[in-house]
Amino acid sequence: MKQTLDFIGKACPIPVVETKKALSQLKKDDIIEVMVDNSVAVQNLAKLATQKKLDIVSDKREEGLYLVTLTVTDVTELKEVAPDPVDCIPDASSGPTVVVLSSDKMGEGDEKLGRILIKGFIYALTELDKLPASVIMYNNGVKLAVEGSDSLADLKLLEAQGVEILACGTCLNHYQLTERLGVGSVTNMYHIVEKLSEAWKVIKP
Amino acid sequence: MQEDIIFCKGGGCTAKLGPGMLASVLEQLPKTKDPNLLVGFDSSDDASVYKLTENLAIVQTLDFFPPMVEDPYTFGQIAAANALSDIYAMGGVVKTALNIVCFPEKMDLNILGKILQGGNDKVLEAGGILSGGHSIVDTDVKYGLSVTGVIHPDKIYKNNSCREGDALILTKPLGVGIICTAERMKECSREAMELALRSMTTLNKYAAELLGEYEVHACTDVTGFGFLGHLNEMLGEELGAVIDSLQVPYIREAVHYADEFYITAAAQRNRNHVGDRVEFHKLPFAMEEILFDPQTSGGLLISIPQKEADALLGQIESLGLPCGIVGSVTGRNGTKIIVR
Repeated sequence: MKQTLDFIGKACPIPVVETKKALSQLKKDDIIEVMVDNSVAVQNLAKLATQKKLDIVSDKREEGLYLVTLTVTDVTELKEVAPDPVDCIPDASSGPTVVVLSSDKMGEGDEKLGRILIKGFIYALTELDKLPASVIMYNNGVKLAVEGSDSLADLKLLEAQGVEILACGTCLNHYQLTERLGVGSVTNMYHIVEKLSEAWKVIKP
Repeated sequence: MQEDIIFCKGGGCTAKLGPGMLASVLEQLPKTKDPNLLVGFDSSDDASVYKLTENLAIVQTLDFFPPMVEDPYTFGQIAAANALSDIYAMGGVVKTALNIVCFPEKMDLNILGKILQGGNDKVLEAGGILSGGHSIVDTDVKYGLSVTGVIHPDKIYKNNSCREGDALILTKPLGVGIICTAERMKECSREAMELALRSMTTLNKYAAELLGEYEVHACTDVTGFGFLGHLNEMLGEELGAVIDSLQVPYIREAVHYADEFYITAAAQRNRNHVGDRVEFHKLPFAMEEILFDPQTSGGLLISIPQKEADALLGQIESLGLPCGIVGSVTGRNGTKIIVR
């Protein structure tokens, strides 16, 4: 099915907002043609196409007339409500394992003991047959990855073997340790949440 | 009723000419030299500064735009707060202001009365006085002020004199452009609009008055070019910055509205202008839009030594608007703006 929307003379964001509304009715291979009168509107439609995974072709027909053709290739992104969850339990051994270090100590109790334990824990990680996909550090946990940390060498060893080492940038900033990060890369909360939600197993000592 | 519909069509700083367009025109003008012109348009600063004596300079600025809200009195307040802001961004003190008015002949004059009343109230709050103005007949409403202030020639906050290692503080929440767009589409929550209005009508005077005790390296106000556009100007050619999106103050609902594409053409123009310099590391689309969102009467963006940042932020927080230490100025890592 093909439909045409005419937004000549309509200012942003009307073209993109109205086009987005029209999308929810569409099926695979449906085509929607949008007429707009300026290039910025075309760019805003392109952002919509990226988000909704639509094919987009734009054509400047004349001064003040752009024809943007959007084609539906994947309907899942168009649904406003999430689809019903698939009813099965995945094999827990098949997805990534993520280790979360939220403190520079392990467990409650004596602080000195806690530091010895976390050092031992990170060393033991390096000895695992199957290494985790990522190690994420936040709050006091970032102190493990800075210069002078007893665990720096072990974390570097993990990184050398392909383990992604991620330190929370907000936390490094807060403790003024950004300049002293000795291993891995700085990340943000969006990335941390994405990693944790994709993980099949999260280990938090 | 009909007049209300005509009144607000999407104004404020979203109505600014794009930064790229402006630069290409300004480049064509001959640059004449005057040693007393301490800050002119060649540095794209907030206001011009002209030295009169060794101890005294005048700061001048002019801002006007179409309504971004339906209520004329509120519009007057916002337009005035926005115009006055440039004086504060330079570190000056407001003295006189002139009204700039475009108004349709057939529209109810009471509306104009309320706009001017809103503007006057803000000029008085700023400690200045309205001293005249100019009005012309136009198809659409536009209002603003030309403001003159005074400043000590040695105590000017330039917008492009950041130093490597500085902390960057933003004094007001981002997202007011998106919120006003959502409001125009009749989709905005009352709470979000109230916060946006409170932010836009708040004078930057109060934040600026706190700066005296600190070593301010650079200062600007975030308006039409959006947070990243103004940051881009601040950094100049030599410096870069790392921005922590978790620390950036913004109106929460703006995320939702950006995902609904209640975004402006001006935001896209801002993206086109500085987008190449910005690297987004794992940022959601909505957060990118908020960082490009044109702000009307936005907050001050202040570059100060890291060691002073916490103390200043503590004082700014007590003013009651969302604010934060949003990142730091870098040098060695190149001139990119990295947003995490």
